[in-house]
Amino acid sequence: MAQREIELILMRQLASYLAQPILLVNANGDLLFFNEPAEAIVGKRFDEIVDIRRGEWTALFKPSDNHGAPIKREDLPLTIAIDKRQPAHLRYWIQGLDGVRRKVENTAFPLVGQAGRILGAVGIFWEIDCA
Amino acid sequence: MKVTLWGTRGSLATPGPEAVRYGGNTACVEVRGEDGSLLVLDAGTGVRRLGDTIRPEIGRVDLLLTHLHMDHVQGLGFFEPLFMPGLPVHVWGPSSTTEDLGARLCRYLSPPLFPVRLRDLPCRLVLHDVVQLGDFRAGKFEVQASLVCHPGPTVGFRIQENASSMAYLPDHEPALGVRNFPEEPEWTSGFELASGVDLLIHDAQFSDDEYPRYVGWGHSSISHALRFAELAGVNTLVPFHHEPSHSDRLLDELYERALASRRLPFELAPATEGASFEI
Repeated sequence: MAQREIELILMRQLASYLAQPILLVNANGDLLFFNEPAEAIVGKRFDEIVDIRRGEWTALFKPSDNHGAPIKREDLPLTIAIDKRQPAHLRYWIQGLDGVRRKVENTAFPLVGQAGRILGAVGIFWEIDCA
Repeated sequence: MKVTLWGTRGSLATPGPEAVRYGGNTACVEVRGEDGSLLVLDAGTGVRRLGDTIRPEIGRVDLLLTHLHMDHVQGLGFFEPLFMPGLPVHVWGPSSTTEDLGARLCRYLSPPLFPVRLRDLPCRLVLHDVVQLGDFRAGKFEVQASLVCHPGPTVGFRIQENASSMAYLPDHEPALGVRNFPEEPEWTSGFELASGVDLLIHDAQFSDDEYPRYVGWGHSSISHALRFAELAGVNTLVPFHHEPSHSDRLLDELYERALASRRLPFELAPATEGASFEI
């Protein structure tokens, strides 16, 4: 497998040191990495996940609003960051791979390298305490 | 392909009796193709002596800059081919996110830092931004350039001529932020450039004891260089960019210790000024 771009390597290294849940996707929107704090939101350890492709996110995590209405893929922050190359923020519900529904805040931003290369996007999550 | 080291020192030129064998000039490497065509890797202070061996009849010079830190460009203003009227000199190097290569070079090659301006050089200067190019041909050589882990825009080069290959990563800290270096190849800075090359010239600035004090400065320890070379499966590793405070005697000790510590699956040839390698 080819080596990743240096910006992605450094982003993954930074994420692995941070206490905030962080997901890293490539320019197609496919999962590249999530850090240990994100395991609590995803509901599995990174090493237990084989692949998550762009089109699989909504089916796997069933994002929905406060009323339980499904959120379309194109309205999710990571999709906006990739497709529109814009930062995006949303508060919504997801269901982890452990079957637990969690309310999260999610900010995503695109990673743009030198010469305007779109490398992927970063998603940062905060779990909202609903107790 | 013949590779000759004209400058092996990192960070600062280090002349003196304690740096006679490993050398005191900063980064500069000559690569000669089978037909005599020339690539120059970096323009540290070592490039002055190399420049004095080049005649206008060569027809073309390609100078590849990994980045623009002073120890890699300080010799530029003393590189004789730049002053040969009409000689095509192609300079390949990284732009930044806000300035192209020409603007960045002008910061050094203009007053007050230098009396001669880039635009006043009599050679036929052609500048190429390697970040945008990625893969390119420089004369007879096939070159791959990729950004690597070092502060500021910095590339490494992989150079191929027929079946011979070498990689040049003089300033490189692939272990930065990696808990158990090395990680998988896919997530290791510089891996693709160095993978399977005949000759790898790689940063080994610090001893293992020194490295923890300089994490994030963009350089490798000797152990990191050895592990990176092992991961990349190279035939020969040339540890390079020696720390200015390291004397010949200390460098001998450090590499004797490195050789004694583990069995290496490649040849180890610490860079000494004037050394040549036939690939």
